[in-house]
Amino acid sequence: MSATGHHRYVSADLRVREDRRFVAGKGNFVADIELPNMKHVAVVTCPHAAARIKAIDKRAALAMPGVHYVLDGAELAAATLPLMTGLDTPNVPRRPLAFETARYSGEWVAAVVADTRALAEDAAEAIEIDYEALPFVLDAEQALEKGGPLVHEAHGSNVLLDKTFVWGEVEKDFAASPRKLSLRVKWGRSSTVPIETFGVVASWDPWREMLDVHASIQMPRYADQIGVALKIPTTSVRVHYDVDVGGSYGVKRGIKHTVLCGYLTRRLGFPVRLIEDRLENMRGGDAHGPERLFDVEVAFDDQGIVRSMKMRALENVGAYAGRSPFQLGKPIGAIVGPYKINSVEYRAIAVVTNKTTQDAVRGFGQGPTNLALERCMDEIANVLGLDPLEVRQRNLIRHDEFPYLIPSGTTYDSGNYETVIGKVLADTGYDELKAERDRLRGEGKLAGIGIAACLEPSGGNATFEALLNPAITTSTFMDSCRINIDGLGAITATMHTTSSGQGHETLLGTVIGEVLQVDPEIVRVTRPDSLNSLPSGTPVGSRMAIMLGGAAYHAAHKLKDKLTAIGAHDLGIPLARALYKDGTVSDREAPQNKRSWAELVQIAYRNYHRMPEGFEPGLSVEHVYQVPTGGTLPTKDGRVQMYPCFSFEFHLLLIAIDPDLGTPEIVRYRLGHDCGTQINPKIVRGMTMGGIAHGIGAALFEEFAYNDDGQLIAQTFMDYLLPSSHEVPAVDIVDHETPSPYTVLGQKGSGESGYLGAPAAIANAINDAIRPLGIAINTLPIKVSKLGDLIAEASSKKGN
Amino acid sequence: MKAAPFEYYRAADIDEACAMLAADDGARLIAGGQTLVPMMVMRLARPTRLIDINRIATLSYIRQETHKDGEGVAIGATTRQCVVERDATVAAKVPLLACAIPNIGHAATRARGTIGGSLANADPAAECALVAVTLDAVLSYREGGKTAEIPAREFFVGPMVTCLPAGACLISARFPVWQGDKIGVGFHEVNARRSDFAFVSAAAQVELGADGTCKRIAIGVGAATDFPLRLASAEQQLKDTALDAKAVTAAVREAIADIEPLSDLHASAEYRRRAAVHLVTRAVADARTHALGTKPQEKSHAH
Amino acid sequence: MRIELKVNGMLRTIEVEPRTTLLDCLRDVLDLKGAHAGCEHGVCGACTVLFDGVAVRACLMFAAQAAGSEITTVEGITPGPGELSPIQDAFCETHGTQCGYCTPAMVLVAHALLADNPAPTREEIVEAISGNICRCTGYAQIVEAIALAAEHMRGVNRPPSLTK
Repeated sequence: MSATGHHRYVSADLRVREDRRFVAGKGNFVADIELPNMKHVAVVTCPHAAARIKAIDKRAALAMPGVHYVLDGAELAAATLPLMTGLDTPNVPRRPLAFETARYSGEWVAAVVADTRALAEDAAEAIEIDYEALPFVLDAEQALEKGGPLVHEAHGSNVLLDKTFVWGEVEKDFAASPRKLSLRVKWGRSSTVPIETFGVVASWDPWREMLDVHASIQMPRYADQIGVALKIPTTSVRVHYDVDVGGSYGVKRGIKHTVLCGYLTRRLGFPVRLIEDRLENMRGGDAHGPERLFDVEVAFDDQGIVRSMKMRALENVGAYAGRSPFQLGKPIGAIVGPYKINSVEYRAIAVVTNKTTQDAVRGFGQGPTNLALERCMDEIANVLGLDPLEVRQRNLIRHDEFPYLIPSGTTYDSGNYETVIGKVLADTGYDELKAERDRLRGEGKLAGIGIAACLEPSGGNATFEALLNPAITTSTFMDSCRINIDGLGAITATMHTTSSGQGHETLLGTVIGEVLQVDPEIVRVTRPDSLNSLPSGTPVGSRMAIMLGGAAYHAAHKLKDKLTAIGAHDLGIPLARALYKDGTVSDREAPQNKRSWAELVQIAYRNYHRMPEGFEPGLSVEHVYQVPTGGTLPTKDGRVQMYPCFSFEFHLLLIAIDPDLGTPEIVRYRLGHDCGTQINPKIVRGMTMGGIAHGIGAALFEEFAYNDDGQLIAQTFMDYLLPSSHEVPAVDIVDHETPSPYTVLGQKGSGESGYLGAPAAIANAINDAIRPLGIAINTLPIKVSKLGDLIAEASSKKGN
Repeated sequence: MKAAPFEYYRAADIDEACAMLAADDGARLIAGGQTLVPMMVMRLARPTRLIDINRIATLSYIRQETHKDGEGVAIGATTRQCVVERDATVAAKVPLLACAIPNIGHAATRARGTIGGSLANADPAAECALVAVTLDAVLSYREGGKTAEIPAREFFVGPMVTCLPAGACLISARFPVWQGDKIGVGFHEVNARRSDFAFVSAAAQVELGADGTCKRIAIGVGAATDFPLRLASAEQQLKDTALDAKAVTAAVREAIADIEPLSDLHASAEYRRRAAVHLVTRAVADARTHALGTKPQEKSHAH
Repeated sequence: MRIELKVNGMLRTIEVEPRTTLLDCLRDVLDLKGAHAGCEHGVCGACTVLFDGVAVRACLMFAAQAAGSEITTVEGITPGPGELSPIQDAFCETHGTQCGYCTPAMVLVAHALLADNPAPTREEIVEAISGNICRCTGYAQIVEAIALAAEHMRGVNRPPSLTK
């Protein structure tokens, strides 16, 4: 039951309906889809970090058995438009296949179509490409330097974005603060790396002029972008949303794959399929995540009260723009975290380099920002000799201060940070944890406590686009639901995007069941294709519980109102006297007078003469839901209401490090989590645990490492290390529900929970552990060997 | 990620496999395939003919044998790692191997991976290779209808390189059984995730005298260099001592002073050198404790 | 080449290339889509099937090598259309899945574990699934699913007086 107790299905411990098909292996993943006469695509990748493509010899490949076509970048570029990017950078065009110049090792240069994937790979090897290797740049700071190699010559520099915001009296606050501290923090290049790679099946029907697309996609405006790039009307693009996506967490944006396959099927006349293999995915799937360097300065007083902050974030976006530069924008909506910081200066710089292109990753840049902020809080405590928990508590926004306006113009909806922290500490006393740390230290281990208090902005809203690119004037980020009660009284609801494990069908059933007071299990949920869909912003920005849930809630209320009105009219009573309960409408003053669900359906479908005047027959409604608090553009001085809701997470953990080997072990892990009303607690818990595991990966294991030649050397799962069950400890999660005043059920987002604070907490714990040696580490991931080397060097200096 | 085309042949017996191997430069044997298949699908290995020796029943066994050099446990080349892992004879007679095997990959790869495949593959980080070198195992191979032997310490000559003649097939590994009441073993490795290839691994086996001093000791280090190292000089220094931890550390440090450790994405050379010293010290300490009758540490890996 | 494969109790005669992995054969030739390709180089475990009852990587074996052994896929342990085994049901009860991509493999690993060890400890469950990467769940609800399934399966044959 819900914390507030007034819900029937919302917050109840209900099963997740999607799970049944998955446990039986009956998901409908893109690689499971086979169309008649479908052919297979493999790509040829560039072996150089940068190279001019001088000639492509396709003859040997085309002569091989089962080979139908070899496509190069020149042909594709002539027939299609470059892919959409958010920034106005026309001289940084991004295309599915490199045209004239390849800009990273692994970039796709040509594509082969053959009867089987194996034959396509055979032919790919036989394509001879004459390259002229070019100078390249891998490091973001070097890319900023004048006179170095330019990734895109015509752009004139490697800088895609360099924007400074000043919110409040930063210089004055710095001058007035007795203490300052600066810190350089680096978030290493990692990503979400789903176990299913990206895949697409495209099929063109020239007689109907229809491009059917099945893809493992998670992307707003996917059909639009396909139509624009292929220069066909969007009414000729039909994206099938009933494909189960095998994990995404942001990155499944395979627009380049889709444009490539869309072109091929239109050119060749049969369906083509491209399922990335793991090497294609890691090197050239354009699904890397942030690689961000922070220089942060904070101004504070002797009590540790932070007055102001200057943050410079330098993002290495890789060779093309993608969505990556915008990932510098979203954190503006929570730039001060859960703290009262009076003024902020923020400089966001995005540069291109000769690395794989990034795309959107869980948190959309918030995780790295949280790391930088939380490392600062610990260092403030350190220089003042205060406890890091105490410093945080002194700076927290208090429960009675919400809604709270932060300097960058966003109002936080609600929160009760002190209570969440209190609940975590009630179960594990902080002093006990410190005693355990000291006991471990006594045993000769390095041991440290890590804290992170972080926000998860949720609900979406694309106003960071307008903030970073004034040419964009988008002030909505909507989602929709249609509900139909059929002539026999059965309920069908629709959603208009794919899911990648978030349980959206369960979400819709639960919310609609709650409003209509019917068993959620009887609500059928379908996913029409894109041509039959209402608008959806897709599951990005931790928004679906808020936005799809909100749309379903309003649509269900419209239905409930209609049913009530029909009942009242048929009972001959004023609307105010009619009571809707469990699908039946009765007279409040004479409860024996009522109309059952079947009777209401009968009236709506067959007895128009009994309908209230002016009503449409039938029981179909839809609702397109505007993002709460949305609808405004940034002000001239760069302030904006970003996301509507802010979930809170408080991480508290204890790490023990083997001083000889540098191997860290998470000994205790507790999390306080507040995402408002939890619509389905099983789903929230799963998301949160998954986020923590992903955060452990980003903190300790995962990095797309390059060598000096510009080659990606972590391109298999033997070198890019995803946490296994061994590496993820048991976590005690303490829930608290502070409802959001802006959402229909008080819900906030949880799709990024755990991930947004785990790396910061782990980094803080490791730094607490090694601080006695006089060292610090501020670069993620903190790999065993690196940590071991650092500890050894420090120990030997101490003469140990 | 699909293998280049090849012909597949399931060999009926070992001599047929050897003959096919000898007759075709492009031929390779496949046993468990847990390393070879990934290499093939990434097209880093491109055999034109694959000779499958998995179904040769006579290559899969664990038995005690007595030779002129004493008692040993012989393990057939295609014996699955998971079988060795659970075998009572191995646990009793070659406890170091029993201790090392759970560190290989995951249960699902040990279910297919074989002892002989692991040895012939000669990955510097292979646990089987380290144990074979540490214990002075003797490897048997078949070539041209004849069986020959080679000591494990001479078998490995480089990363993924052995001195097995082309056209030869490894058929068994015989691990010597140490006699004595107070035998103990220790095995440690360090890696990023517990199931990954080790950055460094260390194996130790000791026999203690009645007074607790070391009568016999074998120490090996894996993954640090191109192939497993036997630390003979350290063994000599430590024999007849009480195996004091400081003495062990000093002896090992000296023994590996001149090696050139591997350096890669996951661990630096200096890391490997340091870790080797620590892990051998721990392995010897565990072996000593074990020999004195206490169980060695449950966790044989550092992570 | 023509091979005979025994899959889920049925003997099937099929034509494959020698280079066809067992995984590709199950999916593309036999239309058993429950085994998934994740990395195709033996690390992620999404392709796990039971080979003579033991969990193995279907991507690390050629189909031709599997002739003569019994292969079991998730389709083979699902009791019937729309019916769930106790293990599958437990995964639903604890929500031990999200996107569903690693799930059939996890279910099979659980199946093999519980056949061998009806009362595994948490550590044994963690060890058993450690070769299977799940990117969604952080494993907690998978571990709970397997523990719950074990409990249910142990309870099935117990006299009612002992099931309290």
